[in-house]
Amino acid sequence: MLYDRKAIEGVRRGLKQWEQSATGAGGEKPTGAKRDFQTASGIPLKPLYTPADVFNADYSDQGFPGVYPFLRGVHPSMYRGRPWTMRMFSGFGSPEDTNKRLKLLLEHGETGLSVAFDMPTLYGYDCDHARAHGEVGRCGVNVSSLKDMEVIFDGIPLDKVSTSMTINAPATVLTCMYAGVAKKQGVPMSELRGTVQADMLKEYIAQKEWVYPPEAHLRLVRDLMVFSTKEMPMWNYISISGYHIREAGSSAAQELAFTLADGFGYVELGLEAGLKVEQFAPRLSFFFNSTMDFFEEIAKFRAARRIWAKVLSEKYGVKDKRSLLMRFHTQTSGASLTWQQPLNNVVRTAIEALAAVLGGTQSLHTNSYDEAWALPTEQAVEVALRTQQIIAEETGVPNVIDPLGGSYYVEWLTEQMEEEAYKYFDRIESAGGLLKGIKSGYLQREIAENSYRLSKRVEEGRDSVVGVNKYAKPGKEPIETLKINFKAQRSQIRRLAAVKRERNQAKVKAALSKMGRAFENENANSIYPMLEAVTQYATLGEIVDEGRRVWGAFKEPMLL
Amino acid sequence: MAKKSAAIQKKIRILVAKPGLDGHDRGVLVLARAFRDAGMEVIYSGLLPSPEQVAQMAMDEDVDVVALSLLNGAHMTAFPKVKKMLDKMGGKAIVVVGGGIIPEEDKPKLLKLGITGLYGPGSSFEEIIEHVRGRVRKERWKE
Repeated sequence: MLYDRKAIEGVRRGLKQWEQSATGAGGEKPTGAKRDFQTASGIPLKPLYTPADVFNADYSDQGFPGVYPFLRGVHPSMYRGRPWTMRMFSGFGSPEDTNKRLKLLLEHGETGLSVAFDMPTLYGYDCDHARAHGEVGRCGVNVSSLKDMEVIFDGIPLDKVSTSMTINAPATVLTCMYAGVAKKQGVPMSELRGTVQADMLKEYIAQKEWVYPPEAHLRLVRDLMVFSTKEMPMWNYISISGYHIREAGSSAAQELAFTLADGFGYVELGLEAGLKVEQFAPRLSFFFNSTMDFFEEIAKFRAARRIWAKVLSEKYGVKDKRSLLMRFHTQTSGASLTWQQPLNNVVRTAIEALAAVLGGTQSLHTNSYDEAWALPTEQAVEVALRTQQIIAEETGVPNVIDPLGGSYYVEWLTEQMEEEAYKYFDRIESAGGLLKGIKSGYLQREIAENSYRLSKRVEEGRDSVVGVNKYAKPGKEPIETLKINFKAQRSQIRRLAAVKRERNQAKVKAALSKMGRAFENENANSIYPMLEAVTQYATLGEIVDEGRRVWGAFKEPMLL
Repeated sequence: MAKKSAAIQKKIRILVAKPGLDGHDRGVLVLARAFRDAGMEVIYSGLLPSPEQVAQMAMDEDVDVVALSLLNGAHMTAFPKVKKMLDKMGGKAIVVVGGGIIPEEDKPKLLKLGITGLYGPGSSFEEIIEHVRGRVRKERWKE
């Protein structure tokens, strides 16, 4: 224990005196409108925290950076060793547009690539499909075949960069395409570094970009885990994402709980596939949101590390250090950005980014101020990247590891977040477990209700959003935004037609049917035949359609 | 005055829909709840219906209003398509409103088609609900 009982009694006496003088006859009375002091998750807050709030803590529960339970950070030297990776998510229009943007970011000092895909790609439709009409290249780059990936990474040596691809339902296909590009560049698969999101559980919970029923998608994730363990040992094949859970309207506590519950779900999946936790856990990484309740966000990040380490150690008996430490990427919150007075968003993003750094993130994406309007312009992206560089190089914040560790408030709040998460784990159990909770819509409804609660608080003026329900200005303030035209759609359709014309049709057909048979056989690993199909220029849509034939579509539970 | 309060007793039937490849359902789910709490009968399309399916649903459910939301940038193709299908199916009188991330320069074309509202992020429930009520009173209830 950090404090002895006697000392704590003294603190309590002093606190009582202070409270009396602060609110008693001689002290100041609270004035103005009645405010409820609580975190964004609704945890009630005291005016002051003291050692009395954390005296039960044992220092072994906090420990040291790089040491179990990793509350204070996953690396012994943290940002003294090297700063977080500044990884800006980008992708729009045609593969050529995205190639240009990626090269620009590399020139500006970015250290890792991150690619966004358009809706047809995310849902597994080729650009010439009727459902893709009007959506090609709109909110990410379109990929319909290996040819497009060759263009996106043209002139970017895949053995020198690490690439994160925000792709879920067709993550297996995009992994195969990335490996296909590497092969053409002469880079062995085993040297590829990067991440695919492939977190299907959170798709059903929050982002809702699915193709098949959950069991089918989980089976593909399982195949990817086994394949990557063997063939692409440096590939992070699941990025377990709370980001979307939060953006969908959850609280920080729900984000924490549901994301970790998903993480344990993948641990179970790996075990079912016959892998050892030590074989796959080091390849699992996490992805969190950072939004405006500054201290609650920091507490969330710290709590996440400790819960992951403890549950893996205590429930799954894991001893290997690399398997116990939670590495995570953070993105500032898109939902916190306002359409009104857009320049204010620069400030919001800076505060959120600072919370992520104080929470010990391994990599960070900062949103651009114009993103409530459209995809960002180059100038807005540059400001967002500079925001990170200012935090890293001007503020001095990275000089000390976990600088808020030991703050009575932050340590107390970290414990509160943990408690809330464990309560949710129990509720998910009571709802029949994670998969059942997803299929019945339990988790989705929990998020929707919280999101409605938050919106009502803003509507009622109980929560402030500057420029929206406070300090609003009449009239519009137009800013320059990025325009995406239909050129990408036309050029993509042309390229796809050329690919289909020039490929070896017999080989494509054979590869697709072999892959289809692997889909039908629960015990087969479908990634090997998928890689073959991709290399023969079978299209994304053709590959995903084979799965549609075998598994059908997902029927969404009722969420109203 | 008496007529007006009687009209408020009438329930507005509204279909809340996302016509396209867009899973961002936070806005629609929140709005569906706000419409419900404002006394409307709410039907939610669920995710990923095509514009044709949305129009069909509106006809089948005999709604007064179709509220469309898209955040994926495809509103200029999907919204007009829903409107066109509705007109074709005999639902020309159904009120169509929209919202999401809709750039200023896109608005005149949508308004011209009779797709109004076009609320963006940060709009208040009150404003949206009043807009819907106003159009229904005028166009459906002929008040």
